[in-house]
Amino acid sequence: MNCTKCPTSTRAVIGLPRHNAAFCKACFTTFVHEQVARAIKAFKMFTPEDRILVAVSGGKDSLALWHILLALGYRADALYVNLGIGAYSEESHRKVRHYAETVAASHGAKLLVHVVEQEAGAGIRELATILHRPTCSTCGTIKRYQFNRAAVEQEYDVMATGHNLDDEAARLLGNVLHWQDEYLDKQSPTLPASVEGFAKKVKPLCRLSEREIAAYAVVNRIDYIVEECPMAKGSKMILYKEVLNRLETESPGTKQRFYWGFLDKQTTPAPATESMAEKDQRTLTPCTICGQPTTAGTCSYCKMMAKAKTAAQPRA
Amino acid sequence: MLVQLSHPHRQVEIKGPKRTKELLRELNLVMEAHLVIRGDELVTEDEMLADADQIEIRPVISGGA
Ligand code: SF4
Ligand SMILES: [Zn+2]
Ligand SMILES: [Zn+2]
Repeated sequence: MNCTKCPTSTRAVIGLPRHNAAFCKACFTTFVHEQVARAIKAFKMFTPEDRILVAVSGGKDSLALWHILLALGYRADALYVNLGIGAYSEESHRKVRHYAETVAASHGAKLLVHVVEQEAGAGIRELATILHRPTCSTCGTIKRYQFNRAAVEQEYDVMATGHNLDDEAARLLGNVLHWQDEYLDKQSPTLPASVEGFAKKVKPLCRLSEREIAAYAVVNRIDYIVEECPMAKGSKMILYKEVLNRLETESPGTKQRFYWGFLDKQTTPAPATESMAEKDQRTLTPCTICGQPTTAGTCSYCKMMAKAKTAAQPRA
Repeated sequence: MLVQLSHPHRQVEIKGPKRTKELLRELNLVMEAHLVIRGDELVTEDEMLADADQIEIRPVISGGA
């Protein structure tokens, strides 16, 4: 497979069926940067003057996001929250620190760190046990709180997270399956600072799939933690993602149509709607042959039968 | 060829030569959820992999709330 963009037809490193394209390293990096730039512009996320705080975990999405924002020339610092989940936290912390020192520092960007154990006296697994709450919900509350606090206290203009197309499509599927309408509003890639004390939140990777972001990290030699948080095992999100990826394999572009279609519907106000009965009255008339309602002069049944009869007639 | 897999971390020996696509199918893995890396370079699904190649199949799905 060769790059579909290069005139010299360099060997491609990734095929993107949903875009009918294949890219070499350089073209793929450009493609990713363009997708992020488009999201930033379309959802009015931030400007080059804004100070951005990136929520980093040591995983591919957040480190790639930090990398891309710095490459595009934005002023982006990062915050890492050490959750105190044994070897997983130690390893992810090491990856984040390594990236900050070897890459981010040369752009003048800095890393902030919050260690849960230092403030709460225990890691999140112990906290969850004490509080009789699921670990992931305890974790979510702590992370949201700490990121928001850091962003507000240190006067960042906006907080950016590494949520990608797969994250958003899977979350949308979950919300729709359970008709959690109240959560649908929160799925926009830009959430304004609605009240004093709430930071503005953005998701610049929302146009890119999980696989594209992992590929970007590999191509750009970003050293991220491949191991998953041990608490993620068997989560509903993973199940939804697997289901969506099976659909995507059969018909490329499914995830994108699902999530972007939702965003389109959300941003374009619904036109004054005509009821189904009103529409029927306006468009349907009796069939010239059988009298049943149809939008054409002759209904599709009568047309089909007429055709079948002609075709079945023995040729003279 | 020696193929390294994650979740859980393990290695399997697979007979080459074989295209990336076929390797994934044999292991019952979906392309959309994985990257295939030869040495330290990404390869596309139609790439022919040889017996001497060192391959890593890296999952790209992450979960959690
Ligand atoms: S899987 Fe759960 S515990 Fe682990 S980082 Fe994600 S939300 Fe936190
Ligand atoms: Zn190219
Ligand atoms: Zn009819």
